[in-house]
This record gives sequence, structure tokens and C-alpha cells, in this order.
Amino acid sequence: MGVDYAQLGLKVGLECHQQLATREKLFCSCKPQLFKGEPEILFLRRLRPTQSELGQIDPAAYFEFQKGVKILYEANSETSCLVEMDEEPPHELNREALEIALTVALMMNAKPVDEVYVMRKIVIDGSNTTGFQRTCVVAVNGIIRVDGKDVPIQHISLEEDAARKMGEEGLVIRYRIDRLGIPLVEVTTGPVINTPEEAERVALAIGRILRATRRVKRGIGTIRQDLNISIRDGALVEIKGVQELELISKVVSYEVQRQLNLLKIRDELRRRGLRDEDLREDFVDVTSVFRGTRCRILQRAMEQGKPILAVKLPKFAGLLGFEVLPGLRFGGELADRAKFWGRVGGILHTDELKSYGVSDEEETELRRLMGALEEDAIVIVADKPENAMDALRAVVERAREALRGVPEETRAANPDGTTRYMRPRPGAARMYPETDVPPIKITRDYIERLRANLPERPEEKMERLIKSYGINEKLARQLIDSEYDDLFEIIVGETGVAPTVVAATLTETFKALKREGIGVDRLSDEQIIGVFKLVGSGETSKEAIPDILRWLVGHEGARPEDALRELGLTMIPEEELRSIIDGYLDRSAELIAGRGLGALGALMGMIMRDLRGRVKPEDVNKILREKLAERVKAER
Amino acid sequence: MPGYRGLALKALLDAGAEIGDLIRIIKDDVIFEGILIPRSEYSDDRHIVIKNRSGYNIGVEVTPSTRIERIGAEMKPAFIPPPPPKQRPGLPRVSILSTGGTIASRVDYRTGAVRPVISASDLYSIVPELADIAVIDAEILFSVFSEDLTPKHWSAMAEAVARHITRGVDGVIIAHGTDTMGYSAAALSFALQNLPVPVVLVGAQRSEDRPSSDAPLNLIGAVLAASRAPFAEVTVAMHETPSDDSIILHRGTKVRKCHTSRRDAFKTVNAKPLARVIGDRIIMLTNEYRPRDTGRRLVLRANFDERATLIKFYPGMNPKIIDWYVSEGYRGIVLEGTGLGHVRRECFPAIKRAIESGVIVGMTSQCIWGRINMNVYSNGRDLLAMGVIPLGDMLAETALVKMMWCLAQSTDPEEVKRLLLTNLAGEISERTVEPIEAPRIFSPSKEAD
Repeated sequence: MGVDYAQLGLKVGLECHQQLATREKLFCSCKPQLFKGEPEILFLRRLRPTQSELGQIDPAAYFEFQKGVKILYEANSETSCLVEMDEEPPHELNREALEIALTVALMMNAKPVDEVYVMRKIVIDGSNTTGFQRTCVVAVNGIIRVDGKDVPIQHISLEEDAARKMGEEGLVIRYRIDRLGIPLVEVTTGPVINTPEEAERVALAIGRILRATRRVKRGIGTIRQDLNISIRDGALVEIKGVQELELISKVVSYEVQRQLNLLKIRDELRRRGLRDEDLREDFVDVTSVFRGTRCRILQRAMEQGKPILAVKLPKFAGLLGFEVLPGLRFGGELADRAKFWGRVGGILHTDELKSYGVSDEEETELRRLMGALEEDAIVIVADKPENAMDALRAVVERAREALRGVPEETRAANPDGTTRYMRPRPGAARMYPETDVPPIKITRDYIERLRANLPERPEEKMERLIKSYGINEKLARQLIDSEYDDLFEIIVGETGVAPTVVAATLTETFKALKREGIGVDRLSDEQIIGVFKLVGSGETSKEAIPDILRWLVGHEGARPEDALRELGLTMIPEEELRSIIDGYLDRSAELIAGRGLGALGALMGMIMRDLRGRVKPEDVNKILREKLAERVKAER
Repeated sequence: MPGYRGLALKALLDAGAEIGDLIRIIKDDVIFEGILIPRSEYSDDRHIVIKNRSGYNIGVEVTPSTRIERIGAEMKPAFIPPPPPKQRPGLPRVSILSTGGTIASRVDYRTGAVRPVISASDLYSIVPELADIAVIDAEILFSVFSEDLTPKHWSAMAEAVARHITRGVDGVIIAHGTDTMGYSAAALSFALQNLPVPVVLVGAQRSEDRPSSDAPLNLIGAVLAASRAPFAEVTVAMHETPSDDSIILHRGTKVRKCHTSRRDAFKTVNAKPLARVIGDRIIMLTNEYRPRDTGRRLVLRANFDERATLIKFYPGMNPKIIDWYVSEGYRGIVLEGTGLGHVRRECFPAIKRAIESGVIVGMTSQCIWGRINMNVYSNGRDLLAMGVIPLGDMLAETALVKMMWCLAQSTDPEEVKRLLLTNLAGEISERTVEPIEAPRIFSPSKEAD
């Protein structure tokens, strides 16, 4: 796209979070699983910001608390116990999880610590019932090589996953605690990544190593990336929760674009001569302006008796409508802040009033009342006075930051690669020792034993796959990235189907089906193995595989045999095939008369089109060739 | 250098490092940097704990080749509590007496020391809402875990409460460790007779330094009850359920810690709880209580005779245990028998000997819920005939406390027996009603009212 990232001073650091496939959770013996359907247990909590050891209170957290935010937790008895409810102290650290984390650490050439200390990282948005996340560093100073470059791994940590947010109604936020306590390994790289593509490659390499342990969970939501992104003159912005690898480069390039656009806005504001003190928290009740408005949003608010408050942003005219990201105008950044701090539904501003049905007369009157010149912008909010004032205060604060450039903040990734404001960046002093969990000594013997039994590294595995199965490098690499590499070896071993066929199915066919919207991720290993068994035993042909997979995805829990029956894909016995081919030959007398043996290709095409998946092409070819020769001979 | 000994201490001293200093540990080819952190006193002498730049603590083993360098002194943190909210003079006056335990202490993460926090200003800064309910006067009585409290502490508590009530407060709160809070509540119920205002014991199952602590809501409930409840009784204020929405007030003689860790560990046994606090409302759950009356004169009877014991019977229990107490000069024994109030016949001679030598023997049940009835089985009838006193539906722990208290009130065995069998503070009830179970599932609609 012609962006010179080196010139911009792009620096990216990754934090990869991967759920581990342990038998139990990190600090209790619950199953590390999610549940569907209605919760059996509900309880309500408030989380109160506490002073750190430095006597500080996180301002965002305190603000939320003062608003009276409550958290409604959902649970069932299979996936959580009193530990997740914060009704029982944590049990000892799960040693299986620790072993996996240390294995990852050694595979990344990191140095295990001698004693592991579990810490409490304060997080009081409700995602942890305790108000903190339990986390511990197990190793430091690792290094991985990605495309010839050394990427430092600052630390490898083991931590508990957080509860899942299920919704928000007014001041009550709902979380489900099934996910809380599932072990996660966190891999933190140094901020040495310089391009969006490199960020994706590093994440891919880390993911390969994690999966090589064969003890991590698979599927959507089991690996999540946080990205720390900054450019020169910009700011460090943390983007949380990127779930898809393919999104990473997009998120990074969008963030660079966003920061560059914010810098443009800053320069424009400076050019217009805006000073910090020009931005004032003077809020005006402008309800009277809109008494007869056709704007539905304002009508509805006024019906509910909510006033309309406005604030002037001097010299901001035109800038609120300026697009900082595709689909995200600078006004959207103001709105995000207003929603967070004021819990309002949104804001309206003078760059877009008309599209919401506000008339020219109303806008003129609004400008008159606010004493706004043409170069000024006005933001309005319709809500309860205290919410509206908090929202406008946040808008003014964000406008002040615009004058300084890019604000440091934590943002959340959207599925399209754009991001939205989440919260201010947390202060550094939010780590406390978890006094309920004793420290764990890591002995040298233990580490040496782990080191001697490390799983095959991805690059070693690739070489082995190429050598022992005779598949090409591209297929081998795709297999490893597909997470089906283990299944591949099982299938080839158990079914005798040609390795290239198995590999191509698990990679290219699966990818094609996914593109069609067929959720092949939902298929169990048993189902997939079953499909290949049918091919291996000659009950169906390899051409039938995509149809069988498609059918299986649509029929939860069904067996591949069922698919064969339902789709009529069972193989045609030779006797029957012979008479079918006779039929084709009978109907094609003219063709045969005209082309003689040269009719083979056309006939083959016809037959295969009709019988695909129920016959082996080589059988058809053999019988057809025989019979065609007979007929040609007879004709002569 | 808290927690450091031996090899690790020597290495640190050689480097001239102190707690809080930024240090560098060079070990083989790895360099660790961070702030030197104190170590638990039970840890070994070979590891050094540092806090790295991201805030994580890690332990590094000292080996002969390990080198330690002091890089410099980090800024020592100063604990600056936020300014307390303004006191509002027109509000009720409440005293908070602190005895220690989870609710009244805060861990200093740097030194590992536990420090008491309950000064009035600490309280206001932790739970600023309190300033809207009452004007609070705070006093630290002692700072001990509740399992270390003795009957002497009960006496001291009762005397302190009496002193504050005499000063004319509208209620008194005792911040207490939860493990033995039920015993202290019973003790105060007997020691503070003719109460004019409520006395509320309050604890916490999660320490106050955690965002999820139950302490703030328990305290708010306790202060509301102490300042406004219509009753003048000794009560315990704790969470009713795992939710932060309801504080339940238990009568001091009927309450027991029934769970090791839950917020709603305390349950009223064999009775209804007194009241529930939701939001700023106090909802009475019974109309059997002594009403608040500041004109009433408190009678303080703060003495307890520690020569009383509680013996839990178990299958095969050696009767010599009873003989030992008698030979040690004990004056009262509360038996925690099985079922309706039984012990094995092998124990009968020892019990008989005890009673004949003037020891008062009472019977309670280890079932916790229900009343004893010693007329149903012959073992029970035989024990009654020996002179064992059936203590009705009294909790075993309450019965022990009452025994100690009764023995301090009179030297006349008949008077002690009479007192034991008289309902003095709601410890005996003649009717057992179906207990109110706390709702297991919280219903969000309850929030609406």
C-alpha cells in the first residue's frame, strides 16, 4: 500500500494467549469447558476499587464503581465451583498447566524462573469474580527465530482465563464464569516487530510452537492476541482480543492509519490556532431548540423527559466527520468516550446533524444559542442530566487529547479489523502477590527432564512429514498450520488412504468448504477419520469426500455411514457398473460410429459426471475401454 | 531483611542491597532485574524474590556462581489514604470497636505485615458510604485472630461496649474475626444484660484489600443496624447469600459459622434471623425482640469462669477424658452428644462421678440443627436420672459460653442449673420452626423493589 513503516517508526509487541488443554482448571478441579443454555446459579456482586500498595486507585475503575455498576454472574455446577465464585480460596496451581507452560518456555529457549510466584493483577470490570486475574511468570528471556530474525520473548506466563461477558442492561453487566479459571499461557514478545505482515508471521510462529505441544485447545476463542502498537509521535495503544490470525496485519495497519489521521487532526487544530484553554466544560441545556424537531432520536429522548445538553468544541468544524478509519469518523471516537464515561447511547454533532433529521433552522438556532461560529463544532447528548454531563465531560477531554495527538488507551478489536475504545490504559502498579497460593520451586532436575522430552518443533515436524509421507513442502506447511497435522498422521496410519489425498483434504478441501460457509471445525476427529475409513475400504471414492463432509456438518452427531446412505454415495458394484456402461454405449451409437475409439474421452466425461463419487474413475476407464473396443470391433 | 537467611541473606548483604532496592542478579548467562521483595519466613534460605518491571514477582535461586549487584534505591512507596469524607453531625452516633481478624486488617505487601486499619478515618476512606449513615467513633481494642481470643477478651469487649453505651451512642459495632465470632456473640449476649441499643458483630470472609471483599457491604449493614434498627440485641451482621445484595442479622446466641469460606457462612440455627438489610432498608423477620430504648439501663455482667469445657462425644470415646476434667478442677461440662442427646453407656460411670463431685453436666447435640429430647431412648432417660441437664435447642458453643458465664454468676449449683435452663438472651426457644433457607438462586427482579 506504499506505507513506509520503517519511516513511521512502527513498533509492535504481541501478547499471545492460548488456552491449554488440561484436565482441570488452573486453581480448582472444575472441567475447563463452557456451557450452553440457561445457568443454574446466578449471583450478584459489586467490585470495589481498592488502593494499590502505592495508595493509588484506578480512576476508570473508581468511576465505574461510583456509578453503581453491578455484575450478575451466571454459572452451572459442572463448569464452576466455589473457587470461581470467589467463595473459596484457590487450590494449588495446576501442575499439568505449569508443565505445559514450561514446555512452551523451553521450546522458545526461555529461562525458567527458580520459584514461581502467583500474582494478582487487578481487573475490576467484572471479568474476574475476585477483581483480579491470577497470573505468574514461569520463564523469561526467550528467543524465537522468525524468517531469519530473532524475536525476543520477554516472558512466558501462566494465567487464568476470565469470565465471558454475556450482556449489559443498564447498570447490570452479565458475565458467565464457565471460562474463568481455564489455564492460559501468555507469550509476550519484545516490541521489535516493524511491519503489519511481520506481526502476523510472528503470531503464526508462536502459534505453531504452542500447538506443537499438542496440549493446547483448538478452535475459535482458544487463542487470543493482544497487540501493543506505536508509531513515532503517536502513542502506545493496546489492542485486545484479536481472535483471528488473518486479522493481525489488518489491525496493525489500521491502527497506524488511525494514529496518522489523529496526528493530521492535531496539526489541523494547531494550524487553526486552537489552544487547550479554549476547550471548556460549559454545558448548555438546548432542549428548547428541538421542541418541534423531526429528529427521531431527540424526539424519543424528550418524550422520556431527558434534557438535551450541548457543548461547543471551538475550531473543530469538519473534523468530527473526518474519517480516521474506514467507517470510523473522529466523532466516533468522541462517542466511544461518551458511552464509556456517561453510559449514554451516543452523541450527535454538527458535522452530521442533518442526516439525523435536524433542520437548518434548528442548527442555526443551536449555533446562535451556543455562540458558535462556523469554524466551531457542537456536540449534543440527550440523556439524564448526570449521564449527559459525564458524557460531555469525556467529549471535551477527548477533544483536548486531540490537540496533543494520540491518546494512550486500551482498545478492543472488532471482527473487521477496526477497533473501539475500551478503557484508559491501566497504571503499572496493579500487581499484588496472591497470598493464598504458595510459591512453587522449579528444580533443575525437573527442567532437565522436560528438556529431554520436548515435543517435536514445527520445523522438525515439517521435515519429517515431507520425508516419511512423501508430501510436498507446501502441503506439509499447510497441515501444520491447519492444526490437523496430528490427525493427518492418524488417518494415514489407520485408513491407508494416500497421504497426499488426506493432506489435501484436511487443508485445501477444508479451506474451500469454510469459504462456502460450511463449519468443518465442528466435525469431530472421529467423524473425519470415519470418512477416510470409508474411502480406504473402497465403500466410497475420494471424490465423494466434500459431499460427505458437507452433509455431516449439517447433521450434528451423524456418522459418515449415514451420509453415504442418505446421499446415495455407496459404490456401485462392478456387475451393475458394467450394465450401466452398456446403457451409455447403447445410447451413444452415433458417437461411436463417428469417432470410434476416439469417443472414449467424451463417454468417460458423461459417465463420471453422472456417477461421480459412486465409482472409481479407473474402474470406469477400464470397463469402458474394454467395451468400447468390443463395439468398435463389432461394427467393423 | 524480612524472611532472608543463610546463603541468600549473605549474598544480599555482600551486595549492600536492601528491601525495595533495584537489583540485578547475574546467574550463568541470565540476568534478572527487579526490586528486592521480602520473603515469607517459612521459605528456604536459597532463593531471592524480585519484582520485575511488569510487576511480576519471581524467585531466583542463589548458586555459588550467582552475582548480585545493587543498581539503586527505588522510591519507597508512601501510603496516602484519600481524604476521608466530611462527617455529618446530625446523624446517629455509632462506635466501632476493632478486635482484629480479616475485616480489620490489611496486608502490607512489601513487608508482609498485617496492620490494623480500623481507625475511623481508615474506615471512611475504604467505605465512604458510611459517612452518609452515621458519625463514627472508632477504637482498636486488640488486634488478634479470632482463634486466639479467650474468655478474658470477651470480658474486655463487654466492658468496652458498656463504656461506649454509657457515653450515649446509638449502637456499637465490633469488628471481629469470623472463626470464633459466634462464641463472642453469645458471650456478649449474656454479659450485656438489659441492653438499650443494638450491639452488632461484623466480620468478613474476604479481606478488605480485595476488590471483591464482603467487608464493605457487611460494614454498611452493621452500621445501618447499629444506628437505626428497632431492636436492642447482640447480633451478627454478614452476607445472607453469595450475592452482594442482602445482609442478614443473626441473634448472637443462635448463630454459628457453618462454612469455612463462603460469604454466607453464618447461619441462624433453630430460629429465624432477626432482620435483613437490603439497600438502606432494615426489614424485620420476627417481632420477638427487645426494642431499642435509650432510657433503659445496661447491666454489665462481664465475668466468665473458664473452668468449663465442651466435650464432643464420638463412638468409642474414652470415659477417662471426663475424669481428667473433673480431676483438673473443672466445674462445668457441656456434652455434645449424638442425636437427641446420647453418649455410650461406658461413659455413664464417669458422668456420674463428675456430677457427684459437684460438676454441672449439660447435654447438647452434635447434630447442630434440632433440639435434644432425652426421654425417647433409655440411654437418655438414664442420663437424665443421673442429673445431666438437657439444654433444649441451645447450640453447643452457646451452651459452653453460657456455662462459663453462669458459673461466674453463682457458686450455688442449683442457681447455676436454674440459670442454665432459663432463657436469658434468646438462646433457648420452646418452638422450633421450619428454618428459612436463603434463596439459592438470586433473582434479578428482587433488585427492582
